[in-house]
Amino acid sequence: MTGEREPSELRAAVAAGVVGSEESFRALLAAIVEVARSIFGARASSILLLDAETEELVFAAVVGEGEESLLGMRFPAGKGIAGWVLATRTPLVVEDVRKDPRFAGDVAEGTGYVPSGLMAAPLLHDEAALGVLEVLDRPERSLFSLHEMELLGLFANQAAIAVDLLLKARHARRLLDADAGELGVVAELAGLVDALEGPRRVAGLRLLHDLSETLGRRPGP
Amino acid sequence: MTDVAAHAAEYTGESLPAWSLPKDAVDRIALPVEWPERVTREWAWGGSTGAGVRVCILDSGVEADHPLVGGLESAVTISLDENEEAVVAEDVEGDLCGHGTACAGIVRSLAPECTVSSVRVLGAGWTGSGAVLLAGLRYAVEQGFDVINMSLSTTKKPFAGILHELADSAYFRRTVLVASAHNMPVESYPWKFSSVISVGSHEEPDPLTFFYNPSPPVEFFGRGVNVEVAWLQAHTVTVSGNSFATPHLTGICALILSKHPELTPFQLKNVLYLIANNVGGGT
Repeated sequence: MTGEREPSELRAAVAAGVVGSEESFRALLAAIVEVARSIFGARASSILLLDAETEELVFAAVVGEGEESLLGMRFPAGKGIAGWVLATRTPLVVEDVRKDPRFAGDVAEGTGYVPSGLMAAPLLHDEAALGVLEVLDRPERSLFSLHEMELLGLFANQAAIAVDLLLKARHARRLLDADAGELGVVAELAGLVDALEGPRRVAGLRLLHDLSETLGRRPGP
Repeated sequence: MTDVAAHAAEYTGESLPAWSLPKDAVDRIALPVEWPERVTREWAWGGSTGAGVRVCILDSGVEADHPLVGGLESAVTISLDENEEAVVAEDVEGDLCGHGTACAGIVRSLAPECTVSSVRVLGAGWTGSGAVLLAGLRYAVEQGFDVINMSLSTTKKPFAGILHELADSAYFRRTVLVASAHNMPVESYPWKFSSVISVGSHEEPDPLTFFYNPSPPVEFFGRGVNVEVAWLQAHTVTVSGNSFATPHLTGICALILSKHPELTPFQLKNVLYLIANNVGGGT
């Protein structure tokens, strides 16, 4: 792919050297579901991401019940409550989901945990639906209110921004891996300079500046 | 000629352009409706069961034999072939989610004698969902349903123009499109178009309570919180969301159109306004 490379790809590669790793984005998603669970007093919360190639939803962050067994689990994106939320880009709250025999069967098969209630909102970024945020088993004592729907939407917006960053980082990482180290050295340089402090950082930046001038200089006649 | 103009010409039976009213043609557009001094709910739907009104549920399919649905007039599924052309086929799978069945059950609970049809636009694969939605709406408009319940929307801007044309086309053909407003602060369609009846949720438990919103784009609020609805395999669940407020307004439209079949979508919207709980209908 050398020669045809888009400038944006080089920028993405450099960004990959300085922005967080896949692990740090996963930690961000985990923090979002943890806060969502805590705010709603729920038993569990999860973020499912759309894998557009396989048309599946994948559990990318899970906290609470099913935490260990659900992570990485996949199911068809075109079916079920999460599938409806994703396809219609519309939030949905179902209080007693155990009465939905298909849902109960599918989920129980994978985890052994069947939630009683489910709130789900799409993760929307620009025109794309990236996945679904779910909050499971709010306290049974409280009836659902429109205030909670609004709160769920706010959390979903926050999660969508994090997911968008995660997807961009993955894209950049794929570029680096595909280039067999060509762009990797640029990303590494960016990462190294970014990590320097004090006089070493000043010297490093000066060195890069000189390199940039040398590379940008047109050959003489 | 645009789709809208073509449909309008088809509906009026007149060739274009003819958008004027000669003096000797005034009698031709005399309206049969006699309006009361005050439009009340009793005038609007008193004694109505929804009989004679054809409602379409554009959604995830409908479980036809659910006791709260009570049978369907027709059920089709929309998909795309290898050339991205829409394919309409008889739906033998029913509901893939439960949501369409819930909407059908709500409509049936309010207007027990209307006929309900299902156009399934979900479940035929993720990637084509926007195009399938468009094709499903086009099909439903062509079928001439009286009311189309659309408890879903798309955020894809490229579809907005065609959706707008379809919504206008429905409006001119006397098909009322009732569409869910989005629960989240995002741009989505078709609920924002003025040719549709857009619906958000209120928290009151009465299914016939609805409010007019003087601050559009959302025009009406219907019951959408903690609603017990039909779900898969003859079960019921309790749900919340604007997508359940929408079939409440659809059912109310079916009741009114059953008693006053001559009403155009414009007139129907005016009736809804006049009998909304915060305007005069609650008294």
